[in-house]
Amino acid sequence: MLAPLAQVQLQDRSSGEASCIADNGFCPSWIADNLDRYVDPFVQHVFLTLASVAVGFAIAFALALIAHRRRWLIAPITQVTGIMYTLPSIAVFFLLLPLTGRGNLTAIVALVAYSLLIIFRNVTTGLDNVPSETKDAGRGMGLTERQLLWRVELPLALPEIMAGLRIATTTTVGLATLAFFAGAGGLGEQIFADINFKSNVVVAGGLAVVLAALLDGLILLAQWAITPWMRARTA
Amino acid sequence: MTTLAFLGQFGDAIQFIFQGETSREGAEIGGSQFLELTWEHVKLSGVAMAIACLISIPAGLWLGHIRRFSFVAISASNVGRAVPSLALIAFFVAYLGVGFANLTLALVLLAIPPILTNSYVGVTQVNPESVDASRGMGMTETEIVRKVELPLALPLIFGGIKTSAVNVIATATIAPLAGVSTLGDPIINVSGYGDTGRLAAAIVVASLAVLTELLLSAAQRAATPRGIKLEANPSRRRRLPTRIGRAAST
Repeated sequence: MLAPLAQVQLQDRSSGEASCIADNGFCPSWIADNLDRYVDPFVQHVFLTLASVAVGFAIAFALALIAHRRRWLIAPITQVTGIMYTLPSIAVFFLLLPLTGRGNLTAIVALVAYSLLIIFRNVTTGLDNVPSETKDAGRGMGLTERQLLWRVELPLALPEIMAGLRIATTTTVGLATLAFFAGAGGLGEQIFADINFKSNVVVAGGLAVVLAALLDGLILLAQWAITPWMRARTA
Repeated sequence: MTTLAFLGQFGDAIQFIFQGETSREGAEIGGSQFLELTWEHVKLSGVAMAIACLISIPAGLWLGHIRRFSFVAISASNVGRAVPSLALIAFFVAYLGVGFANLTLALVLLAIPPILTNSYVGVTQVNPESVDASRGMGMTETEIVRKVELPLALPLIFGGIKTSAVNVIATATIAPLAGVSTLGDPIINVSGYGDTGRLAAAIVVASLAVLTELLLSAAQRAATPRGIKLEANPSRRRRLPTRIGRAAST
């Protein structure tokens, strides 16, 4: 356990133009030669993000459905998840270390804790914004409360739910750059390993930004695919 | 302090915060030294937040008042979210070098988007009829922004400040990477402090963030105009007559 960060070693920068590298410069040829060293951290980063968002969504969505019928639960759930949202994840990693040890588990627990409030709040808002006339119409057609939830309320709440998912995903990509403090690797470990080398910082940081934009676009695409009625309205 | 023994490593860490100890190199760590690190942490975050507020609140109010450039104001926070704070700090270190000023600049950039977006949204949500009414009463545009739009947008602006402040305090933890000693020092330079010192720093950073959130929430409630509070809480709203003839009986 002692000094685990010592495991993060300075990178070996051999190969490429010597002068540019010695100056810690931005060296396209070095980047082209060394892109492969970013593959594993990138894959690990994707894994951390997807796992955390998936677990966070499952928990927050379930909590929102429970609180939808028991309104008094909304305030306490918002408060508890609000505290989790406020705690800096870098601090949470170390607070969790004595309990869960170094590795993916600690990182994912901290990232999940952070995403809960964002998703819970958006699902709740989405469900609340469904017009009561629409719900009455559904009841009038003989839908049970369960059918009403899954066939009327949730589909109409999708834009807000997906918006929450997008915010949670881009935020998690950013926070996962700190996951190496919990021993879970990711692009942050690459940044940290050689923070003075411009080429390294630009590539590792850039990959994180690209990943955030990519996942954001994918969710937007998924939203477009599963809400055909929204397209019909604008067409 | 043996009473804290049941808390295990957490007990040790709390003892470290309040009593401190002498490191293997003979330096005083924990205790009063933590107070210095905390002060440095608060100073760095405070300066960055003050600059960010001075830039983004007027800019957001103005953009909201003229109701233009919504794309800039809204996408600011989207772009801000996508850039990891570690990447931003690393970028500044690699291109501008280490130091308090450069780090403050990075934190200012980090803090601007949520405040800017919230100020903008806060102003655009003000009822246009209220703005027309104030114009009709002879207020100048500056007066409208200052006396009508700003107070009505305050709750949202404070929401943005809260988001930024907590984020800046969290990010100030990695300040030692940029050569500034904050509470992140025991976390980044773990060898001098050991696991207990690192856990202690994590506890203090977490407490600082929660405390800031609570203080700003209190300030937000205090700054919210009374009219908005009443509106948000229908049970306390004065009951308006719903049918003709009822008003006389209430």
